[in-house]
Amino acid sequence: MRELLRRLGGATPATVRVIVMIALSIAMMLIDHRSQQLEKLRNILQTAVYPIMFVSTIPRDLIQGITGSMERSENLQSDKEALRQENLLLRSRLKKMHSLEADNRRLKRLLGQSEQIAERVLLAELVEVNLEPYTQKISLNKGSRDDVYVGQPVINGDGVIGQVVHTSQFQSTVTLLTDPGSAVPVMVMRNGLRGVLFGTGVRNRLAMPYLTADADIRTGDLLISSGMGGRFPTGYPVATVTEVKQEPSDEFLTINTLPVTQLDHGREVLLIWPEIVGDRKEEVLPEAFDE
Amino acid sequence: MNSLSVLLSFLVALLLSSLPLPDIAIIYRPEWLMLVLIYWCMAFPDRIGIFTGWLLGLVLDVMYGSLLGQNAMALAIVAYLVNLFHLRVRVFPLWQQSFIVLLMGIINLTLNAWVRGITGEFSISWSYWMPALTSALIWPLVYIVLRDMRRQRVSSRDL
Repeated sequence: MRELLRRLGGATPATVRVIVMIALSIAMMLIDHRSQQLEKLRNILQTAVYPIMFVSTIPRDLIQGITGSMERSENLQSDKEALRQENLLLRSRLKKMHSLEADNRRLKRLLGQSEQIAERVLLAELVEVNLEPYTQKISLNKGSRDDVYVGQPVINGDGVIGQVVHTSQFQSTVTLLTDPGSAVPVMVMRNGLRGVLFGTGVRNRLAMPYLTADADIRTGDLLISSGMGGRFPTGYPVATVTEVKQEPSDEFLTINTLPVTQLDHGREVLLIWPEIVGDRKEEVLPEAFDE
Repeated sequence: MNSLSVLLSFLVALLLSSLPLPDIAIIYRPEWLMLVLIYWCMAFPDRIGIFTGWLLGLVLDVMYGSLLGQNAMALAIVAYLVNLFHLRVRVFPLWQQSFIVLLMGIINLTLNAWVRGITGEFSISWSYWMPALTSALIWPLVYIVLRDMRRQRVSSRDL
């Protein structure tokens, strides 16, 4: 066979091998780019390299552990006091939220709309392994073992952060809003105007293309997730509009927005499992909401 | 061939590639895996080559969450080129080898940039090429460490 190949193109086996490997790589990249079929392979491999990822975070964790414990003994008392007050405040607000939520649900049922309640949440921590430079991805310490799934929304206390793109047993990778590959369906909270927010690859800037000049949107508008597409639940803050521009040559507006959350700050995020409860299964009631 | 040293050095290179660094340092991170691969491709060209490069690249793809095959293809090509020229490069003085490493680093980064440019938006800046430069600068150190590692293993076996 090799002899044949050599005679065919005057190619040495190494050249043949590299061409085969390149072809294989290109085939894999095409499949990986277009479909989810290699997700299983990635899952297995990612689980296999988990020990390396784990060991590589030890130095950072050590340093943070030491600085953290020093800080802790200093500020513990004041921190505790501040947190207690905040907790009190939030609890009183939550009480109000519960009654509003019940109202909301009743009204929605009257209108015959499906509703989103019973969201399950899970706290995950950033494994700050630096992923490929110049992409906006982070990895989390929760994986398919904890029911994390591809496409799952990730939020923090302020709003949407991004969505899960890969999972392995113990870890998952999240594309941040600002990644060039990210798109989130949103609406303007003021008037319900819908659009899609795209990542730009630039930190703290999201673009909202395809809105025509007559669209009612202005600087300072808050954009919340619209629930279109079914991935992100409705109503989480995503970004605020910072700039609305009309270029004479362009029939669409140029809209720049700023994510409401500091995407590169903070160590903890929330994974949420939105559950759409339609009219058919109304039995799911607020008990599940206690998280 | 002392497979233990090879395996160990690849493991360390993978660790260094995924070590969390502050944002300022991250753009200077040398392409550790490529450096170690280049060394072993020159030392054992009949054993370490295209397939090893491809496999390591795949591991890197998994660790970085990039497209499966992106780094695999780039490192397979680097390994192929080094295998091809290993007889010549092996006798170069270290500083000249550094130039070859710089070239390989640029090839590696270019292949990655192509794939990312095709599959999504990807804007490039000058700092994107920094890893090729730092790789070339740190090459002599990598070379000496790996050479000593190899010789020690060989001599202890001979005794």
